Amino acid sequence: MQFWIIQTLNSLALGALLFLLAAGFSLIFGLMRIANLTHGSLFMLGAYLGVSVLRIVPNLWLAALVAALAVALCGGLLERLLLRPLTGKPLGQVLVTLGISFIVADLCLMIWGGDPIPLAAPASLQRPLIVGGIAFPAYRLVVLGIAVLTAIGLHALMEWTRIGAMIRAGVDDMPMARAVGIPASRLFTTVFCLGAALAGAGGVIGGPIMSAYPGLDADMLPLALIVVILGGVGSLLGAFVGSFITAAIYTFGSALLPDLAYVILFLPMIVVIAFRPRGLFGRSGA
Amino acid sequence: MRGSTAAWIIVGVALAGFPLIGGDFYVNLASQIFIAAILAASLNLLVGYGGLVSLGHAAWVGLAAYTSAWLYLRLGFGHWITAPLALAATTLIAGLFGWIALRATGLGFLMITLALSQVLWGTAYRWAAVTEGDKGLSGLTRPAPFGVNLDRPMAFYYFSLAVTLVAIWMMARFVGSPFGASLRGSRDEPRRMNALGHNVWLVRWITFVYSGFWGAVAGLLFVYYHKYIHPTTLSLTNSAEALLGVIAGGAGTIAGPIVGAAIVVILKNYVSAYLERWNMLLGLVFVLIVIFMPDGVVPGVRRGWDRWRKG
Repeated sequence: MQFWIIQTLNSLALGALLFLLAAGFSLIFGLMRIANLTHGSLFMLGAYLGVSVLRIVPNLWLAALVAALAVALCGGLLERLLLRPLTGKPLGQVLVTLGISFIVADLCLMIWGGDPIPLAAPASLQRPLIVGGIAFPAYRLVVLGIAVLTAIGLHALMEWTRIGAMIRAGVDDMPMARAVGIPASRLFTTVFCLGAALAGAGGVIGGPIMSAYPGLDADMLPLALIVVILGGVGSLLGAFVGSFITAAIYTFGSALLPDLAYVILFLPMIVVIAFRPRGLFGRSGA
Repeated sequence: MRGSTAAWIIVGVALAGFPLIGGDFYVNLASQIFIAAILAASLNLLVGYGGLVSLGHAAWVGLAAYTSAWLYLRLGFGHWITAPLALAATTLIAGLFGWIALRATGLGFLMITLALSQVLWGTAYRWAAVTEGDKGLSGLTRPAPFGVNLDRPMAFYYFSLAVTLVAIWMMARFVGSPFGASLRGSRDEPRRMNALGHNVWLVRWITFVYSGFWGAVAGLLFVYYHKYIHPTTLSLTNSAEALLGVIAGGAGTIAGPIVGAAIVVILKNYVSAYLERWNMLLGLVFVLIVIFMPDGVVPGVRRGWDRWRKG
């Protein structure tokens, strides 16, 4: 019983982190047709920035905020300086993000070294919550709560605000959106910064669970890709559902068949791609 | 035409005579270039001629190398049996991966190939019962075809040169054939090709599998050369290096990937000799190539040459 509860919570917490990562990736891809391969690196960069902030001020939430802002700035610069000049060349853009991801990985290795650095969870959340004789890791519940709140916030942003309407219009039909006067340029930068900020904050919030280590980017990026392939690009709901499916398969796969956890990740991908190439909730094809 | 015949003769003599002049270090470096050239050329079939950019090409190197190593170490098979089995297994999996990845094109294809190869990479680390995980598989040997011991650098040089020539020739034939023409057609005008009665999907799938087969050949040479295989072989960095070779040299040309692979291997060897920042340099080169030389070296040089001749 305890095993199933713990693993379920682990998978929900991982799903929450994946959502923070994949929501931005999916929005950026849906709006700009950029497969941002730096997204895993932004997550890792966030985690490491969190490490540095925590050395000065021991407050995880503050660290997450600082990392989100710093990573959003990096994302904005990347979009404006490198990706914007390559508009209309999707291959060039994806290769630039790939190149940048190598550079970021190496910079993190130079600055923070090769050993994993754990981030401490807030002291009040370090003890497990005991309900009915069963211990629940409190921090994971909070992470899950953050992701749900973020999902609700993003949903509200997309559905009920002007900027959300503009983003939806852009995802559906970019040339038409431009034609009716939507400021695509500012919108692109905004969405890129937003996606980067979510990834950066996700890195810090995930820190107490997964630590900051070299290779975190390479571990997270494929999971985010699988989420987006499953859920469909440009769909928040797809990213949300896809994150929790992927996390559940990965977590239970790792616990029950540790050797083959990655192979098991294949199966939902194959099924979804075979029957719904656009993903579960995708509207426009990739 | 006569100028190019002369150039081919010079290249041939240089390749045949190189080990007699170069030291062991350079002969080994050349062997590594041959392996990288086969890999880049096979990726070029997809990228340059099919318009399908894959970021998972290291999968074929890793699969072929691991299969051959595992069969040799665990089942004690000889090289005459492990090599064809490894090629067959890798090609089969290429068939499966192609079937999945070709549900999409463009960035979707790129993302799926990346995700699939990363799944293999993760599996190589985790499935220690088969792959020994982070330790890697060691204790391998090089084959001795017709009794020739390939452990000497010079012998391995000629062996990999011969394989490379066959591979490049076969791939050039593939591209030059009527099938190659329909492949280029499927890259430029997929809908018209469909309307003309070509099965665009099938053309792409066959190319994917063929490309995977030659990637597996590169993988066999790779594992023979190093006599060792580690999960990093399957990493995104390796797929990216192959792709950089294609793009730096010039996608959609026969010579491009060979030149590009040589550039990448030489750069990597020299940089790792002096500093440990290969990843950073790899990233920088990627960004610079995309921004300043998107067509690659070979088409760039060819354009300059034509301009110079016309005066």
